[in-house]
Amino acid sequence: MRSPSGPEIAAGEVLLSVEDVSLAFGGVKAVSGISFDIRKGEIRAIIGPNGAGKTSMLNIINGFYHPQQGRITFKGETRSKMRPHDAARGGIARTFQNVALFRGMTALDNIMAGRTLKMKRNLFWQVLRVGPALAEEVENRHKVEEIIDFLKIQDIRRVPVARLPYGLQKRVELGRALAMEPELLLLDEPMAGMNLEEKEDMSRFVLDVNDHFGTTVALIEHDMGVVMDLSDRVVVLDHGIKIADGTPDEVKTNQAVIDAYLGVAH
Amino acid sequence: MFYRETGQFKTSYAADMAIFPIRQDRIALWAVLAFAFIGVPLLASFQVWPFGGEYMLRAILIPFLILSLAAIGLNILTGYCGQLSLGSGAFMAIGAYSAYKFSTGVHIPLEIFSISIPPLPMLPSILLGALMSCLVGILFGIPSLRIKGLYLAVATLAAQFFFDWVFSRVKWFTNYTPSGSVAAPELNFFGFVVNSPVERYLLCLVFVTLFALMAKNLVRGSIGRQWMAIRDMDIAAELMGIRPLYAKLTAFAVSSFVMGVAGALWAFVYLGAWEPLAFNIDRSFQILFMVIIGGLGSILGSFLGAAFILILPILLDQVPQALGVPLTVETVSHLVFIVTGALICWLLIVEPHGFARLWSTAKEKLRLWPYPY
Repeated sequence: MRSPSGPEIAAGEVLLSVEDVSLAFGGVKAVSGISFDIRKGEIRAIIGPNGAGKTSMLNIINGFYHPQQGRITFKGETRSKMRPHDAARGGIARTFQNVALFRGMTALDNIMAGRTLKMKRNLFWQVLRVGPALAEEVENRHKVEEIIDFLKIQDIRRVPVARLPYGLQKRVELGRALAMEPELLLLDEPMAGMNLEEKEDMSRFVLDVNDHFGTTVALIEHDMGVVMDLSDRVVVLDHGIKIADGTPDEVKTNQAVIDAYLGVAH
Repeated sequence: MFYRETGQFKTSYAADMAIFPIRQDRIALWAVLAFAFIGVPLLASFQVWPFGGEYMLRAILIPFLILSLAAIGLNILTGYCGQLSLGSGAFMAIGAYSAYKFSTGVHIPLEIFSISIPPLPMLPSILLGALMSCLVGILFGIPSLRIKGLYLAVATLAAQFFFDWVFSRVKWFTNYTPSGSVAAPELNFFGFVVNSPVERYLLCLVFVTLFALMAKNLVRGSIGRQWMAIRDMDIAAELMGIRPLYAKLTAFAVSSFVMGVAGALWAFVYLGAWEPLAFNIDRSFQILFMVIIGGLGSILGSFLGAAFILILPILLDQVPQALGVPLTVETVSHLVFIVTGALICWLLIVEPHGFARLWSTAKEKLRLWPYPY
């Protein structure tokens, strides 16, 4: 647990809250009646065994799935469902469990694509690519270069991402999400399949993003060491139901969480 | 050894984002353009082999340029945005027939809807014709929001057959000529009449150069990245705020506009007089093959593919003849099918990005030459 920011965040304002959200695919209840909130500036972990509904929850938050029931309040605006475009416009960015980069494009172009919403010049300016259109392109390139420096991926700018090793692909994907200058960053298993060193690098990036840019982070992660070290608060799901919510220490000692992870004799 | 970028430092992002950031490439491009704009007309006027006579210009260079333009159009849609289309012929036909109608005057004498436009000059006619093609392209792009891949290809195939039928059956489009074939009006550009093969060649060259530059600007800008994002991973693109509707429909619009211009040029400048058969399904496939062989997602690839598809039959005809074993016309046309088909299979297996990728691999090797790495 990160002690310094703990108390202030506990009193901090709520950036996003979901209330009583349910999502079912036919007879399968992926998420049922879940409520929790994400406060501004915190790192919020969502954990749970496989199939607990963690990724479904992220998909609901950024509008890819529409819940049948419940309310989502983001930046004070309440709605029954998000739309992907509204979520992106409102400042929600995410990375994916299985890397979802644009494989035919270079690392630079991938991150530049993350700035699509910041680029306003229309088709006719872009055809000519002079004056304001070129200025806009250069200005956004500056921002992208800052992210490239931050993530230390200067040497792979021009490499098509399909050729990059997995760890770097994850990093480029984080860069693409950061390029959106999000207020809320959703990370779906950012450390999956990484070795210890890569995990440490990625943890450092997540903390730096949170510290330097003040970005609120919600992350799903299976490595409990990482979760307990990084996060301010943890919400635990199991079978689509919330079973615990609190600081890492509270969650660690919660009987329902221990039962969910280790099993319980019936 | 000669192809090195050592010592070429860029001090601005604008310089780094140029189309050809390497100096040697820029020199090569200017050399090619200078040869195309000045060298070819000079050689042709001095009757220097192989530019003597009209054959080189009329039968090779003019169709090469126009089909390259059509291939650029399809490449934007299929190569950059990933929407497979078999309707290129239809969009070219719409460009051609609309430009023809605008240049000869549009009269719709219906009671409920009556419109009468006097004959327009040549350039506005071509551009308005392309605009018509663009509008129809957007219309046929709407299904792409729901269906993907081969199913979308079938929807565009519907466009192909529908417009084949429209232009051969609806006499209004052909100004009621009894044979169904129409002749292009005089190619008058601001009082300058384009007539000789060299002038026709230069006209096509100007169009192709401008449109290739504009297409390149689009694909390396924000909209181009949106197209490629939709092609590579549409879900991730949508969650980043890229609207699939906007990205796909702009790709259809730009692509069919370019193909409309190519169609109008093909009809007016290359054919002169034409019938609907000029834009049938074979034309669509020919352009698709150019794009696949040349390289999906590459403007240069469109030119390479067009050159290959056009020059292959000529080579198969001329080379055996020069070697003393002339082939019959049928054998040549069968050989063309065999070679093209085999080559497409081979490329799809070993190099799905076509000649353009082979070219860039060669350039990478050349940068290191004579060392292996």
